[in-house]
Amino acid sequence: MAIDFTLNGSKTSVDVNPQTPLLWVLRDVLGLTGTKFGCGMALCGACTVHLNGGAIRSCITPVSNVAGKAITTIEGLSADTTHPVQQAWIEEDVPQCGYCQSGQIMAVASLLAKTSNPTDADIDEAMRGNICRCGTYTQIRSAIHRAAAIKGGRA
Amino acid sequence: MSSTITSVTRRDALRTGAGLFLGFFLPERAFLEAQGRGRGQGAVNPNAYIHIGADESVRFIIVKAEMGQGTVTSLSQLLADELDCDWKRVTTEFAPVNPALYGNQGVYGSQSIRATYFPLRQAGATARAMLVEAAAQKWSADKSQLRTEAGFVVNPGTGAKLSYGSIAEEAAKLPVPQGVALKDPKQFRYIGKSIKRLDTKAKVNGTAKFGLDAHFPGMLFAVVERCPVFGGKVASFDGSKAKAVPGVKDVVQIPSGVAVIAENTWAAMQGRKALTVRFDEGPTAAYSTPDITKMFIEYAQKPGAVAKTTGDAAAAMASAAKKIEAEYHAPFQSHAPMEPMNCTALVTADACEVWASTQSQTGSRQVAAQITGLKPEAVKVNTAFMGGGFGRRGGTDYVSEAVEIAKLVPGKHVKLTWTREDDMRHDLYRPASYVKFAGAVDAEGWPSVYIAKVACPSFFGGGRGGAVDGTAVEGIHTLEYAIPHMQVDWRKADPGIPTTFWRAVGYTQNTFFAEGFIDELAALGGKDPLAVRQRMLAGSPRLLAVLNKAAEGAKWGKAPGGHHQGVAVVNNIGSYTAMVAEVSVVNKKLKVHRIVCAVDCGPVVNPAIVKAQIESGIAYGLTAALKGEITIDRGRVKQGNFHEYDMLRIDEMPKIDVHIVETNNNPGGIGEASVPTVAPAIANAIFAATKKRVRSLPIRPEVFA
Repeated sequence: MAIDFTLNGSKTSVDVNPQTPLLWVLRDVLGLTGTKFGCGMALCGACTVHLNGGAIRSCITPVSNVAGKAITTIEGLSADTTHPVQQAWIEEDVPQCGYCQSGQIMAVASLLAKTSNPTDADIDEAMRGNICRCGTYTQIRSAIHRAAAIKGGRA
Repeated sequence: MSSTITSVTRRDALRTGAGLFLGFFLPERAFLEAQGRGRGQGAVNPNAYIHIGADESVRFIIVKAEMGQGTVTSLSQLLADELDCDWKRVTTEFAPVNPALYGNQGVYGSQSIRATYFPLRQAGATARAMLVEAAAQKWSADKSQLRTEAGFVVNPGTGAKLSYGSIAEEAAKLPVPQGVALKDPKQFRYIGKSIKRLDTKAKVNGTAKFGLDAHFPGMLFAVVERCPVFGGKVASFDGSKAKAVPGVKDVVQIPSGVAVIAENTWAAMQGRKALTVRFDEGPTAAYSTPDITKMFIEYAQKPGAVAKTTGDAAAAMASAAKKIEAEYHAPFQSHAPMEPMNCTALVTADACEVWASTQSQTGSRQVAAQITGLKPEAVKVNTAFMGGGFGRRGGTDYVSEAVEIAKLVPGKHVKLTWTREDDMRHDLYRPASYVKFAGAVDAEGWPSVYIAKVACPSFFGGGRGGAVDGTAVEGIHTLEYAIPHMQVDWRKADPGIPTTFWRAVGYTQNTFFAEGFIDELAALGGKDPLAVRQRMLAGSPRLLAVLNKAAEGAKWGKAPGGHHQGVAVVNNIGSYTAMVAEVSVVNKKLKVHRIVCAVDCGPVVNPAIVKAQIESGIAYGLTAALKGEITIDRGRVKQGNFHEYDMLRIDEMPKIDVHIVETNNNPGGIGEASVPTVAPAIANAIFAATKKRVRSLPIRPEVFA
């Protein structure tokens, strides 16, 4: 059964078991590998994408749930790596291994869409679901503040 | 030092089309042995290539795989500085596996900078000398009068300039000069600078390719059901229900289990759930964690292989007036890199290709060749970015599995994915360990006796025939403290749980044991923990310097109200590290407020990367100190995912201050420098706060509540 949705601004149709998690549709069926597999249980945040602009864990979201909706992945966050969060990540040189960073960035982009100038407590609340095994948390926190400044025209 | 290791033992010039392409055969093993702490394997390891194109491109071939430790950037800095090229033109690619050119390729032991600091600089300097020679010939000029700047050879006398790209082809035809002098460090342009990482952009826009990201049209996807008990085997299986799951293509047996092959990973997982497999569990099924602990305690009472003897510890202990005994324990640990194990393989009649994020490229090629029966030269290993390694990806078990499956579906790309549960339950673990300490202080209260009886599995199959496995006791027998009577011995206690290197290896638990017990001796003698260490490190200037730096940075003895401090030091991977942890214990709740770390890793290539690695190691150490515990139930690992084996989260990250104490010693490692001292510094701070000793990891509130 075909499932239609909008992916990074383009109409997309996939014919898979509707229970298949969006993560594996993105990665295995559509070949968009920027979204990562980490746990399969919404425990680590590596698979975070946007559903109609809000962050979701694609590893536990059946693809049938996104029918008719708009999905944005790291590949579609900006055309040229210039989203404020990406800019801030580059300026703070956040990634080490980098594997979790797609999910971190998507989570932050969603946070800033709702909370334009998050406090450290807001960051703790929004980001404690995203594991970074390399421990780049200090850089992530700095980059979130910087991204907020870029977005608000203050940097 | 530099004069001995910069004499490159063998070098070669390869001409591949237009431009300069230099290969340098570099004596990694000789280099490491010269430092007295070598673990190199090949006799001669070539490490680097430089390619300068006629189009002015500068391409560096990176032989040390990237797992976040910064090799792509820092190895490029070494090459670029001596080459004197324009940094903006630098691109990189990972080296193919080629033992004839590169020797044994792997990343382990925090050796990437240690092994390449001089050789890669030599490579850059030699290439630069050839470019200068080419320009001198073109201009009929005296080469000693020429200089270089950012990708140009310049003749100050005439003002003429030639770009590297315009003379690369001529340079490549010249004989390779021997013994080219390296720069005076005062002239460094790139080394020692916090240059931005070359791989950041690709890691923030989804284009960086990790092992799991290998993708080919029409490829197949697989998962494997393995015996939950280590060492167990498949007795029989029924794949008929699995084959009926939509999307499943086939069910096949491989040596490690039963593989389900499907049109996507999720379908393969569903197929696996429908499998019926009967296993022969084998002898390890007899062991659960309490049995293993009991085994260690029993073994510790037996004679062990001697790792260190100083003075006469037994006699000194017998006559000592003030003495203590203490038992310390640490559990098995999983590596838990964010990217679970995975590998993509393609096997055809006469070739095999593998896509893997691996710390062991050469080893991956070897296992693929063995399984396929092909010559190693017929196996191509594509090195991907690693989503964390931490020692786990030194193993090649997941590569073997992928090749075994691919062999059964020739001509098809097959991607094997381990789920998080597969990864956690079939890891090669950091061994659990147990130490029985005894010690004493002299009449003035200074430590005088230190006895450690260690019982644990080997990390990597060492300790055969009564020998000591150095990795099992490192951190216990390598203390630089001046204590008159020391005795350390080890007995191998192996319940059959597979083990391997885990970020900082033996030091990860042994420094917790040793620095905890040293703190106990300080308390026994009524001494300040810092003062005891300073006195015992009088003959160890590098450790003393970082200890003093960390104490100064932390304002030792002047913690804010309600906060308490603990200190620990370690000398591992050729570097020297001291750490002060600042904690509070309020309402039985521990909070780590701040960690101050001072490190001497010799010369620093990229301070920002050093700082990031120190912070990273602290986060890794915090997870192990506060949370990490793998337990065994009838030969199986109980934990399967992050709700049962959690990682440090952003709200738990303390403030970290890093002080780099740069010296002109041999370059040391950095990736594993800061892991060992985290647990003991926190445990010692908890003692300062509560007078309760933490002697077992992870740190549990029951101990000090």
